[in-house]
Amino acid sequence: MSLTIKHLLGLRSVPKEDITLILDTAKGFQEVLSRDIKKVPTLRGQTVVNLFFENSTRTRISFELAEKRLSGDTVNFSSAGSSVKKGETLKDTIRNIEAMKIDMVVVRHQSAGVPKYLTECTNAVIINAGDGSNEHPTQALLDMLTMRDRWGALKGLKVAIVGDILHSRVARSNMWGLATMGADLWVCGPETLIPQYMQEFKGVTYTNNLDKALKNAKVVMALRIQLERQSTGLFPSINEYRARWGITAQRLEKSGCSDALIMHPGPINRGIEITTDVADGPNSAILTQVTNGVATRMAVLYLLGGGREHAAE
Amino acid sequence: MQQNNTILIKGGRVISPKNRLNGVIDVLIANGTIEKTGKALNIAADRVVDAKGMYVVPGLIDMHCHFREPGFEEKETIQTGAQAAAAGGVTTVAVMPNTNPVVDNETVVKFIMDRARDAAIRVLPIGAISHNQEGAVLSEIGLMRRAGIVAVSEDGKSVMDSGLMKNAMRYCTMDDTLIISHCEDPGLSKGGVMNEGRISSMLGFKGIPKIAEEIMVARDIMIARDTGARIHIAHVSTKGAVELIRAAKKDKMRITAETAPHYFTLTDDIIVNFNPNHKMNPPLRNKEDVEAIIKALADGTIDAIATDHAPHTIDDKDMEFDQTPNGVVGLETSVGVTLTHLVHKKKITIERMVELMSVNPAAILKIDHGQIAQGKRADITIIDPSKPWTVDSKKFRSLGKNTPFEGMKLRGKAVVTIVNGNVVYEE
Ligand SMILES: [Zn+2]
Repeated sequence: MSLTIKHLLGLRSVPKEDITLILDTAKGFQEVLSRDIKKVPTLRGQTVVNLFFENSTRTRISFELAEKRLSGDTVNFSSAGSSVKKGETLKDTIRNIEAMKIDMVVVRHQSAGVPKYLTECTNAVIINAGDGSNEHPTQALLDMLTMRDRWGALKGLKVAIVGDILHSRVARSNMWGLATMGADLWVCGPETLIPQYMQEFKGVTYTNNLDKALKNAKVVMALRIQLERQSTGLFPSINEYRARWGITAQRLEKSGCSDALIMHPGPINRGIEITTDVADGPNSAILTQVTNGVATRMAVLYLLGGGREHAAE
Repeated sequence: MQQNNTILIKGGRVISPKNRLNGVIDVLIANGTIEKTGKALNIAADRVVDAKGMYVVPGLIDMHCHFREPGFEEKETIQTGAQAAAAGGVTTVAVMPNTNPVVDNETVVKFIMDRARDAAIRVLPIGAISHNQEGAVLSEIGLMRRAGIVAVSEDGKSVMDSGLMKNAMRYCTMDDTLIISHCEDPGLSKGGVMNEGRISSMLGFKGIPKIAEEIMVARDIMIARDTGARIHIAHVSTKGAVELIRAAKKDKMRITAETAPHYFTLTDDIIVNFNPNHKMNPPLRNKEDVEAIIKALADGTIDAIATDHAPHTIDDKDMEFDQTPNGVVGLETSVGVTLTHLVHKKKITIERMVELMSVNPAAILKIDHGQIAQGKRADITIIDPSKPWTVDSKKFRSLGKNTPFEGMKLRGKAVVTIVNGNVVYEE
């Protein structure tokens, strides 16, 4: 079995079979990660560059661990800012790195489309670790793995994503991926933080009413509210946000979803988008998401890189 | 410009709607002037151009170009821009004032006119409405007019202070100076990198909503109505803007409008490829807008096709989509794109194309061009309407290779360009 995709740029046009294969492979790596010796030789001799133009210690560490567990050689390249600000173009950066003979690039960038752009200027396999507000596919894959582990199947599963959908690449990747997998996905937040043209996301329901979004949901995912959105006039105040869209135990109970799996891509603003008792409660999968992140990224690296050659053996 | 010897254009189909010429007519040029037109002229000339199967049309006029000089000569100069125009069959261009320094006084106007003297085609400057395009103080509109500008424009942005815009319009009524409006409300467009719609929602890009354009079209129509000024709406890109202009024309206002080839051919769906050469301002819109613009070109609501030729260096455009500057080149593709997508598809007639690309821009700018008639200056474009070619930016004369039409297969091309009786381009 192998993937139809050559790079992981996003989940937008990734077929169901590929998503299923990645999740099934990740399942196998969860087992590897629970062993005493957590290493497999899959990526031996391969060099992976973690190219991070935007600070994200968590995602970078997760990828780095995944690469090391697969015995790959890992190089980290961090550089804040765009081509314009840095005075070196993205193309020059990537060409320099490619000249060092690399096999895979994991890229995080504040501009949407950069991973696709890299596929045009290098032969390496590109894995998107977040581009602008566009996509963050490995996050959505690890989210789906976490949901599937808890509830068995994604088809028909009611998932509510609450918060700043507009600026969220996590939400977008989940919208594409969960729609492909046939989940009953709801997104919820203030009207100004929902993309104005939601019809593009087929199979996704949106509402401003938190109670409707939560009703009988099996998974509730809160997204981080960036405090600076308030100053750009997108919503009146943190206080009002918390009152209308904050996830609390009472809201969950009222909507009949006290048993819902609680997720958050982190970092959490405790007491704003989600209360501490919910975030740390018995149904919280927030730390499981982190663990699954490594397994999922191992699966992606394995299937796009080493997996291809090893599968032939 | 040097004077040439006599040229006889033989056997071509002359299309000059202003004086209702449409048929196989020969044209004799002498001393930079159209000496004679007539059927099967049997006159000796220094040069005979065989135009059999070709359209012979009044030299094309592109009233919205950016030639970047002074200040950004790495992107384009008046010389290279003029070469690009000649290659596209364009004999006159009007150039926008957002150079460095901005064209807001007589001296810069004279500098441009001086540089234009050696150019292959006619280059006419447009002055800024406000000092340094800052929207605070009026520029020396009257002095610039005397020095040779054909219009004023704040192109690149709107004059946001409605009071200043009203003053500008009233001031311009004195000499009947044309005001070209770039319509964009920055409160709505700020941070936007593409059309606001399905695709921007999908890709997570900040969008530029259609109403950012339409609000300013509506405002400028209202101020023009109030002051009696003559306004021209630049680069119309939305259905709503078309409707506002149509209504204003119905009210007999002195309003004209232009659009660019990319607005009647491309939509924002293409942005999923993140190609910076599809990024311009206003941005590519939707199918309904493209359809409305084509209809407006046909029914007279939009008067002119202008390219908004906006060259950038390869390095400027080869980076993150949201970081690249706005703008695309257009001079070398406008004839081919217009023929292929409008004339050959029978959306407009060839006569209408000549109106949109020559007759009307001449009338709007009040310049004595746009017709093939005895005694007129000999600015003539000869077009091969069926010549097949593929857009290849490497072959452009423009320094800007940033075309949104790269690789597009077109049918029809300018093959001879004559300015002031001189052949400035031929292939
Ligand atoms: Zn403009």
